[in-house]
Amino acid sequence: MAGGNQGTLRLLERLDQPGASGGLCSIQAAAELGVDHQTLVGAVKSLQALGEVIEAEARTATRWELSPEGEEVLRDGSPEVRLFRSLPEEGLPQGEAMKLPGGSLGFSKAMANKWVRLDKGAPGGPRVLRAVPSVQDTVQEHLGQVRTGGAQAVPERDRSELKRRKLLLEMTLKSYWIRKGSAFSTAVARPETELTPEMIATGSWRQLPFKPYNFSSLGLPPACGHLHPLLKVRSELRQIFLEMGFTEMRTDNFVESSFWNFDALFQPQQHPARDQHDTFFLLDPAEAPQLPPGYYNKVKKVHSQGGYGSQGYRYEWKVEEARKNLLRTHTTSASARALFQLARQKFTPVKYFSIDRVFRNESLDATHLAEFHQVEGVVADRGLTLGHLMGTLRQFFTKLGLILIPSGLKKWVEVGNSGVFRPELLLPMGLPENVTVIAWGLSLERPTMIKYGIKNIRELMGHRVNLQMVYDSPMCRLDV
Amino acid sequence: MPTVSVKRELLFRALGRSYTDEEFDELCFEFGLELDEITSEKDIISKEKGEEKAKGASDVVLYKIDVPANRYDLLCLEGLVRGLQVFKERINLPKFEKIIPAEGEGQRLIVTEQTAQIRPHAVAAVLRNITFTKDRYDSFIDLQEKLHQNICRKRALVAIGTHDLDTITGPFTFTAKAPSEIKFKPLNQSKEYTASQIMDLYRTDSHLRHYLHLIENKPRYPVIYDSNGVVLSMPPIINGDHTKISLKTRNVFIECTGTDITKAKIVLDIMVTMFSEYCEKPFTVEAVEVVHPNGKTHIYPVSTALGDLCVLRERASLTQTLETPSSLAKLLTRMCLKSHVTGNGNHLEIEIPPTRADIIHACDIVEDAAIAYGYNNIQMVIPKTYTIANQLPLNKLTELLRLDLAAAGFTEALTFALCSQEDIADKLGTDISATNAVIIANPKTAEFQVARTTLLPGLLKTIAANRKMPLPLKLFEISDIVVKDPNADVGAKNYRHLCAIYYNKSPGFEIIHGLLDRVMQVLDVPPNEENGYTIKAAEGTAFFPGRCAEVFVKGQSVGKLGVVHPDVITKFELTMPCSVLEINIEPFV
Repeated sequence: MAGGNQGTLRLLERLDQPGASGGLCSIQAAAELGVDHQTLVGAVKSLQALGEVIEAEARTATRWELSPEGEEVLRDGSPEVRLFRSLPEEGLPQGEAMKLPGGSLGFSKAMANKWVRLDKGAPGGPRVLRAVPSVQDTVQEHLGQVRTGGAQAVPERDRSELKRRKLLLEMTLKSYWIRKGSAFSTAVARPETELTPEMIATGSWRQLPFKPYNFSSLGLPPACGHLHPLLKVRSELRQIFLEMGFTEMRTDNFVESSFWNFDALFQPQQHPARDQHDTFFLLDPAEAPQLPPGYYNKVKKVHSQGGYGSQGYRYEWKVEEARKNLLRTHTTSASARALFQLARQKFTPVKYFSIDRVFRNESLDATHLAEFHQVEGVVADRGLTLGHLMGTLRQFFTKLGLILIPSGLKKWVEVGNSGVFRPELLLPMGLPENVTVIAWGLSLERPTMIKYGIKNIRELMGHRVNLQMVYDSPMCRLDV
Repeated sequence: MPTVSVKRELLFRALGRSYTDEEFDELCFEFGLELDEITSEKDIISKEKGEEKAKGASDVVLYKIDVPANRYDLLCLEGLVRGLQVFKERINLPKFEKIIPAEGEGQRLIVTEQTAQIRPHAVAAVLRNITFTKDRYDSFIDLQEKLHQNICRKRALVAIGTHDLDTITGPFTFTAKAPSEIKFKPLNQSKEYTASQIMDLYRTDSHLRHYLHLIENKPRYPVIYDSNGVVLSMPPIINGDHTKISLKTRNVFIECTGTDITKAKIVLDIMVTMFSEYCEKPFTVEAVEVVHPNGKTHIYPVSTALGDLCVLRERASLTQTLETPSSLAKLLTRMCLKSHVTGNGNHLEIEIPPTRADIIHACDIVEDAAIAYGYNNIQMVIPKTYTIANQLPLNKLTELLRLDLAAAGFTEALTFALCSQEDIADKLGTDISATNAVIIANPKTAEFQVARTTLLPGLLKTIAANRKMPLPLKLFEISDIVVKDPNADVGAKNYRHLCAIYYNKSPGFEIIHGLLDRVMQVLDVPPNEENGYTIKAAEGTAFFPGRCAEVFVKGQSVGKLGVVHPDVITKFELTMPCSVLEINIEPFV
């Protein structure tokens, strides 16, 4: 603070004066400089913090002060003197003497000093009489001496007596004995910590030194909100698909019929994936009220009898099985719905994507959750080949920061699945015969865990996630 | 994907050469398989039960190989070796031969009409003059188990019975009888039991108990007898002990019974094509005549008749580089699909062997061609498909709102869409019937009983799991909830909700209210009744009385905000007051 600095500067100047070479008492210096002692102590401490500018030796000083009662005595005289002086020559009966200035306290002190005597045999009762012709008020004198700073001149014994009589108070005062230090300079002043509006206004910043910042410490964290790391990766993946010209599919139904989840995808009704062990089936609503009329008959036929160049699976396809509701086990059901919609119009090539939740009735462990996010890409066009699928995958995974090189092909097989949709899936929908659909899917969690080195999927999703991890997670930049 | 365990030494002996583990891994990959693990019996036991139990177990090296689910021909050592040898062009695919015995000399299996209600289909075949060794026998048993677990759907669709033909006399009868009328000595048992007793006997059997339910409550159980009344088997549970196969068995009667005739035929084909290799005349199988209740007869196995013709269509040629018919023919032959060019040179004649029931469409053939060609050799091309990308409007809005909520100082949570019934009902002071929630039929734990109807429990649970974090906690989530909806095609519908919570020493209603104002501000919805938003005092079981308001946008209710009821706070194991906002954002799209 500017005020503090002023005090510091003045103390240094005082120390620099001739005659202060032996040092100064901080109390005395404060008196001389006309500042509060505490302020001066502050200046001493801040100078000490600067190193060898000054030397300061802590001292304990005792100071005597008059109590309010002492002040009264100084003004009016001690009770014993006042009693003595008010006592007439012929004395007074004891009862009346007690009522004189000084009162009973003055009486007992005067008695102790043998200044007065009590004539118990006097006619009319005990009578107080002077015992000495005159007295000197040393109490008042001593108090006067203390008052003018001469407490040291008052004999020790008397001071103690006055203290006992609560006329004097003994105050202890911490002070410093200040000398010039080895690096003494009047130019040294405590540097400013911060620039203030006043300094800008007055231009004083031009002259003032500023305390250096500690650049090795951390700053104050900003009060802010945070996005969840997995959903940051979701945003990035959406961005990648959009950059590649893929349109987002609707995925807003966690509840799906077995028909769309399995049958439409040419998954036979006895397939192990349709087991209770892997799939959450629903108790309510247990069945889908509507299956797409017409189309579902075509699906039934391709399963049970074949067609479209296929022998089919040749089993008895049951509509009740297809109606069974479940929580979708993949977003490919949504892709099937999107392709079915596409087949209802004059065909135009499409690129589709989706990222949304899917559900598996699995035992939970470090790499499995009952729900996770599936990322899916689909391209439908005439004459697409496996080479196109692989070319698209390479493009996609390169953007994902997972570089696909021919000999590393196995690696992407492990991250996700890809393939060409079967004709038994596409042709019943009514897509033209020469249209091929290539598709791939992966979980959102898997690349996130690879990218961020997370070993346990439960640390990434769900209510048990540590919010500190969310607070601390970096932005998602998959390509760096 | 089924995993096949084979002894490395046996495998290399059968392949006629040895490989390093890396070389074999590479070979598997080329062939479309995956070498999943290199282990030993000792390793497996030690991993599952501890080292102590593994003492004395075999440390013969085992390869565990992942096989595509529909490649039943690769489920045993015999098939795997044959496939790899043909692939590497070391051998030609064997020619399977079906021998039809002279009239009256072959085996017959008579199916009675009683089977119709329980297990209507049966097929059979005979392997003559086979030579078993311990390893061959083990593989024979193991393949049956693999087939039972996979294509047979745990014996529900098909069950296989194999018998020493020299212990029985045909013709055989496949019928169904009341459990009390069936009596025989089951495999490896010392005395006879009735069918009912057999069911009781196996109720605690770790292996067989899983199949009992397939027939248990039926009035009649399926059973196969020989002409002298000897029980061959009671499918799909157990064979009779009488016909047990041993290493000395020379002639094997194989029957497959089931509910799916297509799969029964496939299973029979796989059994005979794999093990006819060990017959005196390798790769021959003796046909069996099956007589149906209507008097019709069929000769099995059927698929050994060869010469299926398949013409590749334009749509099936998935790779540009595989276009010449002669190169394709060569590749396919390596995949056990013997092919040659016919006609004008643009057609292929492809023989589909009985081992390849997985091929049901030309595209399956092309897939094999691509495997043989090598995925690594396929030239990658970027499709020329020109499209303009579009975002789903609801997701686009969600993305924008997430950013603004984070900018408003709230942190994003990501909670499960599934939860317990308690979370959305009891704990929020309401009854499950009032939630209109979708209920899961087969949850493994209480955590997955229902789909959430509100995002609030997830956020409260997130706070409960993070009580050590400094206050205040300010969280949000924008995600889907699910409710029943009879008008939706599946009977349920998702709604995109926005939920935010403020948790501190004081409820901070004004902070949540301020957040609502901010959300409306960024959505460009002004605070007024006609064409903007208002909040009006309301009630809600999850809210503290008098501290709840309903949010209306253009007169339509979109959600609520308020101070959470102390009972709710306690039930979610929290201690501080908090306030929340939850709205449906779909009206803002």
